[in-house]
Amino acid sequence: MTITFNEAFGAPTEEVEVPTGPKWLLRDSWTEALRHLRALPRNPELLMFATIQPVMFVLLFAYVFGGSIEVPGYDDYNQYLMPGIFAQTVLFGSAFTGVGIAEDLSKGLVDRLRSLPMYSSAVLIGRTISDVVRNVLTFAVMLIVAYLVGFRIEGTIWEAAFATFLLFAFSYAFSWVQALMGLSVGSVEAANSAGFIWMFPLTFVSSAFVDPENMPSWLQPIADANPFTIVTNACRALYNGRDAGSDPWVALAWAVGITVVFAWLSARKFASSASK
Amino acid sequence: MTPVVAEGLVKRFGKTEALRGVDFDIERGRVLGVLGPNGAGKTTAVRILTTLLKPDAGRAIIDGIDVVKEPRKARGRIGLTGQYAAVDERLTGFENLEHVGRLFHLGTGEARNRAHELLDRFSLEFAADRIVKTYSGGMRRRLDIAMSLIARPSVLFLDEPTTGLDPRSRLDVWDLIEELVRSGTTTLLTTQYLDEADRLADEIVVIDHGEVIARGTSDELKRQTGGDQIEVVVEDPADGPVVATALAEWCCGDAHIDVDSNSVVVPVADVRGMVPQVVRLLDENSVKVRDVTVRHSTLDDVFFSLTGHTTASEDAGDQPEAAE
Repeated sequence: MTITFNEAFGAPTEEVEVPTGPKWLLRDSWTEALRHLRALPRNPELLMFATIQPVMFVLLFAYVFGGSIEVPGYDDYNQYLMPGIFAQTVLFGSAFTGVGIAEDLSKGLVDRLRSLPMYSSAVLIGRTISDVVRNVLTFAVMLIVAYLVGFRIEGTIWEAAFATFLLFAFSYAFSWVQALMGLSVGSVEAANSAGFIWMFPLTFVSSAFVDPENMPSWLQPIADANPFTIVTNACRALYNGRDAGSDPWVALAWAVGITVVFAWLSARKFASSASK
Repeated sequence: MTPVVAEGLVKRFGKTEALRGVDFDIERGRVLGVLGPNGAGKTTAVRILTTLLKPDAGRAIIDGIDVVKEPRKARGRIGLTGQYAAVDERLTGFENLEHVGRLFHLGTGEARNRAHELLDRFSLEFAADRIVKTYSGGMRRRLDIAMSLIARPSVLFLDEPTTGLDPRSRLDVWDLIEELVRSGTTTLLTTQYLDEADRLADEIVVIDHGEVIARGTSDELKRQTGGDQIEVVVEDPADGPVVATALAEWCCGDAHIDVDSNSVVVPVADVRGMVPQVVRLLDENSVKVRDVTVRHSTLDDVFFSLTGHTTASEDAGDQPEAAE
């Protein structure tokens, strides 16, 4: 084989070993996550809007509705409300996953990534991981604001840690739902609306803001069965140091189930989205 | 081993047949130009060869690796620059390159070295730490091509690398590709610009409606379709037939005498070096010549004579490929 050699461009590599195994899947995923995390501080608007909305919700609900809403078992509405707003916020944060994936698709970046000898599922895993990290930042800001309006963690540190873990497990699960949507819709704009619209009924028809007991009788069973109600109840009980019963485990089961099903569907969709 | 082999590639999108049995191969270190209008099937062929799309029939082989059977292994051998500059706008030029290097599983140090090397080579070092969002179209395209070279691919795919660039950037990218080709990278280049194929490709296949309708070097294609023309304009209309007879020796095809404009158009195989002889001959025959014009055939002529339409006139909307 005669190949003219040029230092800068370089001659083709003779034999490229494509490494396989779970270690490389993780490495590829982390490389992809870093792509998004590096960009995070450069888009302060995105970070700002991701934080302003939850802060606004904390303040609006605490001060506008706080005086009028009474919930059984809680003297201070803030103690009832904040875990619900935490859960809603991290769930809303998952919408960025779908938007980001739709953006990569529309810019042809996914084609490039799919032509590389990496694990292609790392594109989706990296994206969802980076969204969790961003969500942690949002959560931290919100926790501070919640403290300022009078919310206090009354459970043990372990209970609080478990509650926080549940929140992120749940938002991670929904990142995969959003990933599937981002892969399915045709444009970034569509991903944006499609990603947010259904989260309003999901989070409001629940125990997050009010006691479902006061909802119309036909709505009550829906709110009670809503996995969002379960995760909210679990976190609320844990943050307040009360008996959470089986809720945390049911919530965890939901998170794991949704993650498994939608990760599988998304990976399939991802492979075929490039196979048009 | 022939680095690129496409054998009987067929691809359907619903009822549309994007490819109907396309064959070609590329020898090591050569540039194949795949020429055709929008929707001809060029991009579909590239997407199959780069593992992004599975063919309905046929085989695609890169360095002896079947891309359908061992896609990841094949991906280790190729570099792809698609129709859109596939760069992450939120990252700097350096970070984009480093990122792709890592996904090619180069070590951190090597990925960084390669990134600097390529930035330097592609005259982008000055913008290495600038966010790509601030890059011009030409700079993005250069970065895009650099990204496809990070792991020294055995085969480089350039899918319409200059589409959407201004003329200046286009020339820059051409220079770059020429240099690349000199370094020995086997390249498949798709284009709808005939001058681009003419300038960059060693060999050309012309695709139209999913089929290869011609192949050969640029010169071969031009000859195949009539080649050059000499046009002689005479003072006296009666001299027309005299000219045609005098030049019959070189004529390949039918000389055309246009009485209205007093001109004679003679198709010839190769017009180079012919003009002085033509003038002398006409002088000897006492023909009063007003003008002699030489026309080299272009790939445009070739394309037109092969397909009956020019590259630009094809309706892009009737095939799904352009939208993908």
